[in-house]
Amino acid sequence: MSDTTHDQAPHVSRSAYVYGFLLSVVLTAVPFWLVMNHVLAPQATAMVIIAAAVAQILVHTVCFLHVNTSSEGGWTLLAYAFTAVLVLIVIVGSLWIMYHLNANMMPMGDGMDAQP
Amino acid sequence: MSATSMTDTTTFYVTEEEHHEAGGATLLGFWIYLMSDALIFATLFATYGVLSSNFAGGPSPREIFELPLVALNTAILLVSSITYGFSMIAMQEGKLGATKAWLAITGLLGAAFVGVELYEFSTLIHEGATPQTSAFLSAFFTLVATHGLHVSFGILWLVVMLVQLSQRGLHPENQRRLMCLSMFWHFLDVVWIGVFTFVYLLGVL
Repeated sequence: MSDTTHDQAPHVSRSAYVYGFLLSVVLTAVPFWLVMNHVLAPQATAMVIIAAAVAQILVHTVCFLHVNTSSEGGWTLLAYAFTAVLVLIVIVGSLWIMYHLNANMMPMGDGMDAQP
Repeated sequence: MSATSMTDTTTFYVTEEEHHEAGGATLLGFWIYLMSDALIFATLFATYGVLSSNFAGGPSPREIFELPLVALNTAILLVSSITYGFSMIAMQEGKLGATKAWLAITGLLGAAFVGVELYEFSTLIHEGATPQTSAFLSAFFTLVATHGLHVSFGILWLVVMLVQLSQRGLHPENQRRLMCLSMFWHFLDVVWIGVFTFVYLLGVL
């Protein structure tokens, strides 16, 4: 029991944590610096910080969560990819639907009082 | 009567370990749980995204968010991630004392994170930016407080693990539990990346 459990736990290495941490520091500091000092135009800043967030999530996944093709026979990676698709559908789909719903709704507010 | 109930209860104990893959199955099962947690956060992020511009006459993100405070909190959580990593390395090398010391540091950093967040919430509420003020603030408090609640439960789990390590040491079951808590802790850091990017940084842009 004991040997089996220990062998199946992913082997963690110090270098993975240190590299992951250093990359995360850069990918956190750059977005904060861009936003707090107004370095770029808002549109460009938004694209850079979203790209940095996606990159940092991938760094954490590989270096800290140890998701790779071999851990748990690849099942953690499969579950992760499946969840990523669902998360994107939920978030992007909701924003897309509600944006168009708002754009296509009849104007409310002032017109409300005129209703019978 | 009491004698029969005694024998009944004893038969419920499993005396032998039947499945030798139990450790691996636990880690995968816990991973699936974390993925379901990710879906909870996805719905909260979607809710926030839809409601984030409905201020109802209340304050906008630019007026109430303090980025230095958020940067401090982000740094605290990021450092707590690597201290937990050092704890895992110490566990792998069989060093009980170092494992417990790094765990304790991680727990203190987690407590500091929750403390800063509670300070931020109380400041907002004193300024009149309560969850009842607008749809934007309702969604904000729901999303960020759900993450804070997860961190709080992570700290509780950390304390339980420190007690278990003190009593029983680094036996395989404790190692398995620490691996699960490792996933939980790093997963919360991943969620926080989404929070500071989509709520705070894009909010004040």
